[in-house]
Amino acid sequence: MVASAPRGQETIRRPARPAMIDCDHHNELDSDADLYPYLPERWLEHVHTYGMRSPAGGYYPRFMPHREDARPPSGRKSGSDARFTVRHFIEPEKVAYAILIPLSGVGSQQNLALGAALATAVNEWQVAEWLDVDPRFRASIAISFEDPPAAVAEIERRASDKRFVQVQFSGRPHEPMGRRKYWPIYEACARHGLHVMSHAFGSYGQPITGAGWPSYYVEEHVGPSQAMQANVVSMVLEGVFEQFPIKVISVENGFGWLPSLCWRMDAAWHLLKSEVPHLKHEPSEYVRGHVYASTQPMEEPHRPQYFFQMLEQYGDLVDHILFASDYPHWDYDDPDQAFPVSLPPELQQKIYFENAARLYRLG
Amino acid sequence: MTVEQEAPGRAPRETGRARVDCEIHNVVPSTEALFPYLSEHWRESVTQTLFKGVADASYPRNAPTTARPASKAGDGPPGSSLELLREQVLDPDGLELGILTCLYAIDSLRNPDAAVAFASAVNDWQIAEWLEKEPRLRASVVVPSQLPHEAAREIERVGDHPGFVQVLLPIRSHLPYGNRIHHPMFEAIARKELVAGLHFGGHPGNPPTPTGWPSYYLEEYVDMAGVFASQVTSIVSEGLFDQFPSLRVALLEAGFTWLPAHMWRFDKEWRNLRRLVPWVRRAPSAYIREHIRVTVQPLDAPPDPRQLRQVVEELESEEMLLYASDYPHQHRFDPERDLLAHLPDGLANKIRRENARAFYRL
Repeated sequence: MVASAPRGQETIRRPARPAMIDCDHHNELDSDADLYPYLPERWLEHVHTYGMRSPAGGYYPRFMPHREDARPPSGRKSGSDARFTVRHFIEPEKVAYAILIPLSGVGSQQNLALGAALATAVNEWQVAEWLDVDPRFRASIAISFEDPPAAVAEIERRASDKRFVQVQFSGRPHEPMGRRKYWPIYEACARHGLHVMSHAFGSYGQPITGAGWPSYYVEEHVGPSQAMQANVVSMVLEGVFEQFPIKVISVENGFGWLPSLCWRMDAAWHLLKSEVPHLKHEPSEYVRGHVYASTQPMEEPHRPQYFFQMLEQYGDLVDHILFASDYPHWDYDDPDQAFPVSLPPELQQKIYFENAARLYRLG
Repeated sequence: MTVEQEAPGRAPRETGRARVDCEIHNVVPSTEALFPYLSEHWRESVTQTLFKGVADASYPRNAPTTARPASKAGDGPPGSSLELLREQVLDPDGLELGILTCLYAIDSLRNPDAAVAFASAVNDWQIAEWLEKEPRLRASVVVPSQLPHEAAREIERVGDHPGFVQVLLPIRSHLPYGNRIHHPMFEAIARKELVAGLHFGGHPGNPPTPTGWPSYYLEEYVDMAGVFASQVTSIVSEGLFDQFPSLRVALLEAGFTWLPAHMWRFDKEWRNLRRLVPWVRRAPSAYIREHIRVTVQPLDAPPDPRQLRQVVEELESEEMLLYASDYPHQHRFDPERDLLAHLPDGLANKIRRENARAFYRL
């Protein structure tokens, strides 16, 4: 749902909702210069001389900039000032905890050593300018996931700071997320009780479809659910969850696709399981044990009944749905108006708070 | 011609169960089988060089999904014998009509001259060996889809043959089908009043997922639904139905249980972003319901039939689903037992027959 109601139309406020844990909250860089104080001289010079280079060819300009009403008085980019974010969103929206997801070029750097240096810089910046500012922030560890040894080293550097609750992948890493290349990262996550989170968008040079590059941003903006499904399929069928007791959290991919994906995986596995003898259970069992999905941008059938049918199809997986606002992006979901239906109080409590509280061990 | 006339002595089928099978694979048994339809140049290339025809990678030959156990045709691969097809599908299933979907992997041929020559050969082979021999069959034109102008030329050449009702396009393409580079091909499809049949598989060389190459065929198989979803997004967003308003698209071997959630997401994004694609004047789901049909295999059914009925209801159209056996491929669920038996008779009969007759204008 778009954030603002049309002018002159009164905003509909639903009955008081519970305090929430926002599982997709962006701490923005005003520009890359915010990271310069945390970059070693060698990499600062490199960035000044060569820039940050990611695989070119995937240029889909965003529809519009971030919410203008979320811009701090300083004029910096919306979402780039922790103290203003607390005043503007955390306090008024009854946010018990906000899980920070910094969007930077860390994972897509062609120069892997620069990616590793940027990851360290992003995390230092998060500690100093966000986590230390307000106790309600939790953060995602930026890692250069295409360079697993460097990513593991970064995880080791952060693991003792329990305010970091997960590691961050982009939506489209260079290989599907279940591939063995990434297993050392999952091993480190398992060792430290960290989750693995993949946030929509960002690629290492592959198009957003399995059939090449689309033409319009609207296609780029519909596509992340297909990308995340491929990541879930890969992690389940490669047997990641047989090896590591980790949870994977899909962020900003919607969540309506998960039931049919489970049905399809199970049906295909019954015929083709001889190819994946390392799996001991039906694929949907691994989803039940390990996969979580955040709400925004949620699928909105025009008939409320279909939304309830979708939730019914989730079955016990409703315990895996996490509320996310995507503050302060243009397609942000207003916590009071995000759902196309009025949720029963018990379910509301789960999606806004309990599911994430249990997952992230937040009181 | 009815089955009773074709196969005297068989028990008459229930008329209520008359079916049109929208997906029957006819398989080219060997490159040599195409020799009568190839020029001397290509016959020599095949006999004297290492070029032996297409490099088909869409289906692992011996995977359990590729062939039903009894479908092996003597020395030929499953799906290559008309006689066996009559015996195993046309007669016992009481089919009024079956639509052949020949998956000859023309898109695996990088050599454009080979792609053009072999597509033409396969179409001439289909006319001579299938359409002219069996009146209950219709067929799909095979084209070099990677070369849209050449594809249009082949559609022009054979598109008026009354046996061809469709042009078969691999769902995995090097650019999404909405891209303007494909317009000449879709213009020809629309002009010849054929259906664009988008089918599982393809050999574009780019990865089958938005996040690179997976390890297992099982993943590719599951992920293919996502490629179908992406192509639907592309075709509607890039205005193919606005450019060619009479165009009809069939999704073959796509599954359909993913489609309601995809339409909900797509409609929502369109509401927010439609100014980027102003030619898209209605909600994407309205275009989808008007122009797109989906075969029922693989069923990808939930364990609870009530939920399957919910999904069918969520399509919000009784016209979208088409019966398909997908012979000789093997699937976990049977369309009659696991889908149609759970639906009201009227809707089940639409899916068995009426939807296909209307959509393919049979």
